[in-house]
Amino acid sequence: MLDNFIAPYDATVVAKLKTAGMVMLGKANMDEFAMGSSNETSFYGPVRNPWDPNKVPGGSSGGSAAASAARLAPCSTGTDTGGSIRQPAALTGITGVKPTYGRVSRYGMIAFASSLDQAGVLARSAADAAAVLRVMAGFDPKDSTSVDAPVPDYPALLNAPLKGLKIGLLREFFEGLEPRNAKLIRDALAVFTSLGAETLEVSLPHLPMSVPTYYVVAPAECSSNLSRFDGVRYGYRCESPKDLTDLYERSRGEGFGAEVKRRIMTGTYVLSAGYFDAYYLKAQRVRRLITDDFRAAFEKVDLLAGPTTPTPAFAIGAKVDDPVTMYLNDIYTIGANLAGLPGVSTPCGFVDGLPLGLQLIGPHFAEAKLLGAAHQFQLATDWHTHRPGGYE
Amino acid sequence: MSDWEVVIGLEIHAQLATRSKIFSGSPTAYGAPPNTQADLVDLAYPGVLPVLNGEALRMAVKFGLAINAQIAPRSIFARKNYFYPDLPKGYQISQYEHPVVGKGAISVLLDDGTAKTIGVTRAHLEEDAGKSLHEGLANASGIDLNRAGTPLLEIVSEPDMRSAKEAVAYMKKIHTLVRYLEICDGNMQEGSFRCDANVSVRRRGAAKFGTRAEIKNLNSFRFVEKAIHYEVARQIEIIEGGGKVVQETRLYDSDKNETRSMRSKEEANDYRYFPDPDLLPLEIEEGFIASVRATLPELPDEKASRFTRDFALSAYDAGVLSASREMGAYFEAVVAALGQSHAKLAANWVMGDLSGMLNRDNLEIGDSRISAAALAALLKRIVDTTISGKIAKEVFESMWSEGKSADAIIAERGLEQITDSGAIERVIDEVMAANPKQLADYRSGKDKLFGFFVGQVQKASGNKANPAKLNELLKNKLAGG
Repeated sequence: MLDNFIAPYDATVVAKLKTAGMVMLGKANMDEFAMGSSNETSFYGPVRNPWDPNKVPGGSSGGSAAASAARLAPCSTGTDTGGSIRQPAALTGITGVKPTYGRVSRYGMIAFASSLDQAGVLARSAADAAAVLRVMAGFDPKDSTSVDAPVPDYPALLNAPLKGLKIGLLREFFEGLEPRNAKLIRDALAVFTSLGAETLEVSLPHLPMSVPTYYVVAPAECSSNLSRFDGVRYGYRCESPKDLTDLYERSRGEGFGAEVKRRIMTGTYVLSAGYFDAYYLKAQRVRRLITDDFRAAFEKVDLLAGPTTPTPAFAIGAKVDDPVTMYLNDIYTIGANLAGLPGVSTPCGFVDGLPLGLQLIGPHFAEAKLLGAAHQFQLATDWHTHRPGGYE
Repeated sequence: MSDWEVVIGLEIHAQLATRSKIFSGSPTAYGAPPNTQADLVDLAYPGVLPVLNGEALRMAVKFGLAINAQIAPRSIFARKNYFYPDLPKGYQISQYEHPVVGKGAISVLLDDGTAKTIGVTRAHLEEDAGKSLHEGLANASGIDLNRAGTPLLEIVSEPDMRSAKEAVAYMKKIHTLVRYLEICDGNMQEGSFRCDANVSVRRRGAAKFGTRAEIKNLNSFRFVEKAIHYEVARQIEIIEGGGKVVQETRLYDSDKNETRSMRSKEEANDYRYFPDPDLLPLEIEEGFIASVRATLPELPDEKASRFTRDFALSAYDAGVLSASREMGAYFEAVVAALGQSHAKLAANWVMGDLSGMLNRDNLEIGDSRISAAALAALLKRIVDTTISGKIAKEVFESMWSEGKSADAIIAERGLEQITDSGAIERVIDEVMAANPKQLADYRSGKDKLFGFFVGQVQKASGNKANPAKLNELLKNKLAGG
C-alpha cells in the first residue's frame, strides 16, 4: 500500500532523535501496518531471526529487533500496540521498552490502534534504552494524547537500589507456561531477590480476557485508521478504476495484505450497528476491568514480572496459517497496552539456543523504576551480552 | 384550518468564524484557489493527528450559554466513518452521544406577534468535509480540500415547529444569534450557515409523529420555506392517496422547486460511530465557562426588551431593530443624538426609509451611505419644525445620493418650512381667490373640502408651509375670519 511512499515530514520521535545528534541508518522491515507477531505479514517478506534464520524475529518491530540483535544498529525504534517492541526484543535477545501511553508522541507514527499504540526503543541494554528514551519522550502539542509531564533523567536514575522493591509475580502468566521457560523466569526473579527485592505472587483475574478484548479494540480502531488508504491521494491505486467504488475496492483489496484485511473486516464488524454493544462496548468494559486489576496490583507491589512470551522464537511458517494461535503469542504483552502501562523486556536466558525475555510492567510513568530494575538485573547477569553467532 | 399538522425539526450547520481549522493550523478563509488551504492533517497523511482548536470550543460554549443550555462538563469526539473522496481520513470527526452543548431553547416571534419557544436538543462540534467538483472536468471529479476541517457547530432543534414560517423564523433567530455572538459570519451564499430540515405530517390530534423525510443542505431562508411547502404537499398527497411516506433523505432542487429522493433509510450508511481515540474526552471546567460567559454580548432578546422598555417601542419594532448588532447600534446612535423622547421617530426612519434604501442598493447597515449622526441631524430638523416629514424624505434621498448633510441640502434648496403667519395667510388668500366655487361649497357645509384647500395651499407653498400652522390659519380664513 505504501511501497515507495516517502513521508513528507518527520515524526516527532525522529525529529527529536535527529536533534540529539543520532544518525538514521535506515528503515527496518516490519509486519504490514504493524499487524503481526512474526514479521511474516510484511509486504517485503519475513525478517529472519539472527539467532536462527529459520525462526521468526517476532513482530511487528521484527526488523528493528533483528537489526539491533545482529549489532547492525546500536538501537532502533519501534511501536508497541500489543507487544510489538517487547515480544521481538525477547525473541532476539535484546532489551525492549514500551513506555506509558502518552509518554512518547505518536505524531508521525502510522496509526494502527490509536488508543494502544506507543513508540519505544529496542537496544542492547537497559542503559542504552534509557539514554534513547530520555530523548524520545516528552509532551508534543501535535499529539493530544501525549502527556505534559517532565521527563526524568532515566540514565541518572539507573542505579537506584532495588532493596525493598516489591515485585509481583503474575500468577496468570505462569499458568500453562512450559517448565523450562518458567524456570528461566523464576531464576531471573531469584536474581532480583538476591539484589534485595521482595517477590510475592499477585493475581489479575481479568487478564486472561486481554487477548479477546484486544482483538476487538485494536481491529475496531484500525478499521477506521486505515480508511485513509483509499487510493485517492497517495499510496497504492489500482489500475484503470471503472468508477469510484471500483477505485476503493480494488485499491484497498489489492493494496492491503491478508492480515490487514482480516483486521479491517473484524473491526468494521464489531463497530457495526447491532454488534457495537456486544463487541466494542463490552470490550471497553473489560478493558476497564483489566486496568482496574493492574491498579489494584500496584497498590501491593512496585512492579509486576513474568515472561514476555510463552515460548522462544518459533519457526517461520509455523503459525502463519492460524491467526488465533498467532494472536495468543501476545498473551503476556497485551495487558500493558490495554491499561496504558510501561513495560520492559530484558533477556533472561536461553532455551535450545534461543533467547527468552523477562517482562517487567510498572505503574503509569514508572519508566525510571523499570529501566533501573532491568539495568540492575543486567549488571548481575550477562544474558544481554550474548550475541548471535556470526554477528560478533 | 387544515386537517394536517406539519412537524418540523431543523439541523443547522453554522461554520465557526475561527481563523484556523478545527483540528489543524490551516486557514479557513473562503475562496482561495483549490487545495491551497489544506495541510498534511487536512490531507490525512499517514501519522498526522488532530489537535482541537480552542477557539472553536470557546465559540460552541458561547452559543450554549446564549441559549441557556447545559455545557457538558465532559463531551466526546467520535468518528463518523464513511468513504468519500472529499473526506480524506475516511471518517469525519464529530460528536455523537456526548455533545458539548446540551438542551437549550430559543424564543421566536411569530407573525401574529406571539412568541414561541423552540427547543434546541443539542449542539455539537464537528469538522466540515471538502468539496467535490463535478463540473468542467471531463470524465473526472475535482477535489478541493480547502473546506475540509473547517469547524462547524451543528445545532439540532426539537421537532417543535409547526409550519414553514415557524421554521424560517427559528432559523433566522439562530442566524441573528450566531452573528450577535460573532461565532459565525452567517454568509449563506458561501455556505457558512445552512440547514437540513426534518419534515413530517400527521392528522391533527394524532399522538404519534408521521414518518419524516430529511431535506439536505438548504442554504437560504427562501429555500427552506419553499422546500418545506413542497415536501408537506408531497407527503399529504401520498397519504391521502392511500400511500405511506418512506423515511429517506431528499434533496431540494431550487430550479425546479421540488425535493427528490437521495437515499432511503435502507441505503443509509452505517457510520460505525465510536469515540475518537486520537482526542481525549473534552473536559470543561467551571472557570472556563465563566470566562466565556463574561464575553457574552447583550443578546437579541435582551436588547429587544430594553428597546420596548426604554424607548416605548412595539415588540415588532424592537425585534426588527435588534435583529443584528449593527442595526441595534445604528438605531441607538440615532436615538442618542436625537433624544430618547424621539425614539419612535428614529425607529420609523431606520426601519422605513433607511432600510428601504439599504435593500434597494443591497447594502448592509454597516455600509450605509448615511451615518447615524447624519440621519439624526436630519431628524432634528423635523423635530424643530425646520422641515416637514414629507420634505425630510426628499432631503433624505438627496443625502443618500449626494452624500451631503441635511442642513446643507435644506439651505441649498431653500426647503425650510414657512412658519410665518403672514406669509402663509398670503398663500391662503391666493388659493381662496382662485377657487371661488369650492369656497362657496365649503362655506355652505361641505366640510370635506378642507382637505382640498390644505393640498392647494401646500402645493402653492412648495410643500414648505408648516402643516400645523397652515391648518390653524386656514380654518380661520375659510370660516371667514
